[in-house]
Amino acid sequence: MITIPYLTALSTYFSYGLLFAFGQFRDFFRKIFDWWNSTTDLQGYAPICLGLEDFYTRRLYLRIQDCFGRPISSAPDAWFDVVERYSNDNNKTLIRTTKKSRCLNLGSYNYLGFAASDEYCTPRAIETLKRFSPSTCSSRVDGGTTSLHNELEEYVARFVGKPAAVVFGMGYVTNSAILPVLIGKGGLIISDSLNHNSIVNGARGSGATIRVFQHNTPSHLDSVLREQIAEGQPRTHRPWKKIIVVIEGIYSMEGELCKLPEIVAVCKKYKAYVYLDEAHSIGAVGKTGRGVCELLGVDTADVDIMMGTFTKSFGSCGGYIAGSKELINYLKNNCPAHLYATSISPPAAQQIISSIKVILGEDGSNRGAQKLARIRENSNFFRSELQKMGFDVLGDNDSPIMPIMLYNPAKIPAFSRECLKQNVAVVTVAFPATPLLLARARICISASHTKEDLMKALEVFSEVGDLVGIKYFPAEPNKQHLEKCTTKED
Amino acid sequence: MASTVVEMVNDSLGWITLALDAFSARAVIFGVHIGGHLFVEALLLVAILFLLSQKSYKPPKRPLTEKEIDDLCDEWVPEPLISLIAKDMQYEPPVLESAAGPHAIVNGKEVVNFASANYLGLIGNEKLLDSCTSTLEKYGVGSCGPRGFYGTIVLSVDVHLDCEAKIAKFLGTPDSILYSYGLSTMFSAIPAFCKKGDVIVVDEGVHWGIQNGLHLSRSTVVFFKHNDMDSLQSKLEEIAAGNKRAKKLRRYIVIEAIYQNSGQVAPLDKIVKLKEEFRFRVLLDESNSVGVLGHSGRGLTERFKVPVEKIDIITAAMGHALATEGGFCTGGSRVNDHQRLSSSGYVFSASLPPYLASAAITAFDILEENPGLIKKLRENIELLWKGLSDMPGLSIASNPESPIVFLRLKRSTGSTKNDLHLMEDIAARMLKEDSVFAVTSKRSTLDKCKLPVGIRLFVSAAHSESDLTRASKSLRRVAAQILKDY
Repeated sequence: MITIPYLTALSTYFSYGLLFAFGQFRDFFRKIFDWWNSTTDLQGYAPICLGLEDFYTRRLYLRIQDCFGRPISSAPDAWFDVVERYSNDNNKTLIRTTKKSRCLNLGSYNYLGFAASDEYCTPRAIETLKRFSPSTCSSRVDGGTTSLHNELEEYVARFVGKPAAVVFGMGYVTNSAILPVLIGKGGLIISDSLNHNSIVNGARGSGATIRVFQHNTPSHLDSVLREQIAEGQPRTHRPWKKIIVVIEGIYSMEGELCKLPEIVAVCKKYKAYVYLDEAHSIGAVGKTGRGVCELLGVDTADVDIMMGTFTKSFGSCGGYIAGSKELINYLKNNCPAHLYATSISPPAAQQIISSIKVILGEDGSNRGAQKLARIRENSNFFRSELQKMGFDVLGDNDSPIMPIMLYNPAKIPAFSRECLKQNVAVVTVAFPATPLLLARARICISASHTKEDLMKALEVFSEVGDLVGIKYFPAEPNKQHLEKCTTKED
Repeated sequence: MASTVVEMVNDSLGWITLALDAFSARAVIFGVHIGGHLFVEALLLVAILFLLSQKSYKPPKRPLTEKEIDDLCDEWVPEPLISLIAKDMQYEPPVLESAAGPHAIVNGKEVVNFASANYLGLIGNEKLLDSCTSTLEKYGVGSCGPRGFYGTIVLSVDVHLDCEAKIAKFLGTPDSILYSYGLSTMFSAIPAFCKKGDVIVVDEGVHWGIQNGLHLSRSTVVFFKHNDMDSLQSKLEEIAAGNKRAKKLRRYIVIEAIYQNSGQVAPLDKIVKLKEEFRFRVLLDESNSVGVLGHSGRGLTERFKVPVEKIDIITAAMGHALATEGGFCTGGSRVNDHQRLSSSGYVFSASLPPYLASAAITAFDILEENPGLIKKLRENIELLWKGLSDMPGLSIASNPESPIVFLRLKRSTGSTKNDLHLMEDIAARMLKEDSVFAVTSKRSTLDKCKLPVGIRLFVSAAHSESDLTRASKSLRRVAAQILKDY
């Protein structure tokens, strides 16, 4: 749990209360005007967006819409061009201008710097494009399997350290279409409380019973497993058919590494299967970029299902599942995403193969090793500097994601706009991706950032942090205090 | 023996009554003679009150001891993660060594490709490749972040916005929204608009993406018979009559323009009439009809001359006629804006790689410049139909306008599994002997669609006349050999 200062919590509640009250007030008048004009006659249809469903959008989100979805007109590299926008109707609609400003990119998950054109990957991707076209227009089991797809699966399996792998064209679909194949009624999914929405949707779609354990707490997982195995299925008390524990390698909104060795030990004890989503960790952490298993010293044989995406470190798109040969064979015959969805675009597949080659040093250079060393150095440097300045930073060392807590709704746009004024582009995150109280700015560090880039970012953050008032801790605190404040309680 | 016992009991009872009555034999209270029975009743009342005042009996609670739980945990044996699949159910798809154009290379041999939904023949199109190349050079492959959501500062590349504008302009809607994968379009869009309690009437033949969306929405789902308007009407009447609250619920009809599972075309004119009569909204999946149906390829609405405003939500995957990937959803401006914050596949997923968005823009451009492509496609479908008429053992189940030509067995063997095996045999022999690449309609175990399986031929505008005759001849020959016993 995140320790939120008492006064801050109070003022955050007050802010949301105020926003809600004004929103309701304006809705009240809107209703009167609608009734007066009666132009929005629904003619017997129920409204397509029910009252409170889009209340949040209309009354809260639209006010600060300019902080989100800012279009860019270059590759999401260390620096990029942000297209300027203006609004004539209080932010309801935003109009693009032709003006651009060059900004430092602290928001893309471009961990290894493969997002921009790469001297090794891009020419190969273009060559593949010419040979295979952008799409196969067919699913993998029909005419969508090219030699490139098989090569990609071999590479991924070898890189991840599993006997076999299967790839899909989208990371989100990978989670939400695989879980229903693996487990159904009579099964139990035990999911970390902060798992990604794709896992939540996959679990819901499966029809299995879902239980949640406290975020990253092996002891609670242990007690949940004991209780569930002893009780069996609800009502009938039949024993569970199987139990799958779903966790993530690095939690994308928290920047935390999962306690994999402890969790794997618990799962082994209770014979539960482990499903590890490495969307943010594969390629980004570990000595050779092989993810949390390598970083935390867990044998990949102990993780039954390894899932990951290619959108982050590899600068491409799609996702994979790696596991035993039998598992992959089963998925290839049964998974709807394999049977029905268009196969992954060939140039994207080539980008993944090439970037894996670079990471492994098979391109004949040591660029991969350099990138991995750089992202680690960059992340740890940036995190420790932020903490020294007194920001409330979440997450663990070595993780390239570092959320800076903002809490107050008013501080979300303030931080984002002020940083953009000084040419630093940051991502702010609020409800529904985080709990209402815990709005934050999420910094993603890349291997393509130089020391000067990071220094500039720190300078700007320090200034804006003072202006907005988000240095919740005193600057340069002694070490003991720092540890007490910034690490999360269990 | 028994009679003596009864006598004794009766005697003793008599004595007891006498003894009890003796106390109050002549007692009168408020003019009432107090008999012995009243005394007994009073005693009973006291006894009842006494019992009521006592705590009720509860069996002692004995939770499982730690040791018992340990034993249970030790004893529990989970099922294997996956069940083994029978050897005969396994399937290895052919591997292409070239682009999936009308002619592709499989196992070192050139084949005529009827497996790719490359309806307009845009795979390998120079203009498309050029636009992809320049975007790749400028933006790299991936976009490294989700779109609209807060992440997008970084991430919504201007190509995406241009692509959305292009789609909206092409279809005549105010705005549209891009998804990064075709399959996720439907199962994200449906739960964004349908919640628990809402009513969805849906065709039983819809593809898995829609089925999953329905499941995730937790709405009340009612199926009607595949492409049967009478069945739809009766279901709508049932809902309208059966539920007084129905007026306050959101009601939807979910259909596909061209059904992926059968090649049937939905009769939109009738559906719109029903929709207006019963006040339902229509959610239409145009995955296989954009760029195919209608005079200029604007899909089912243009084909039936229904104004596009009458359809509330249109979704489509772009992995077919447009020869790119991803999907889009379009409708009124509220429909689009609502999804930007509430559609999980949009909010929580990385955006479409920019080069695929630029491919979509170019594909629409090509389509607008060459309306002849659609005409050519239609002619090709007609040609293939001619070649396939009166097939031995097989009948065409698809609509004559559909680019998916779907053939199914005239007489089923009785089990879907055996039917599928027969079809796979035919497809495999066509590929091996005649180098014609056609595919069967495989089904996932999760798929609830019960329509008959069959062979699918995806016709493209790029197929030549000889390709089409080759396909129909090959199918005729192989089917005659394999199906002669059935």
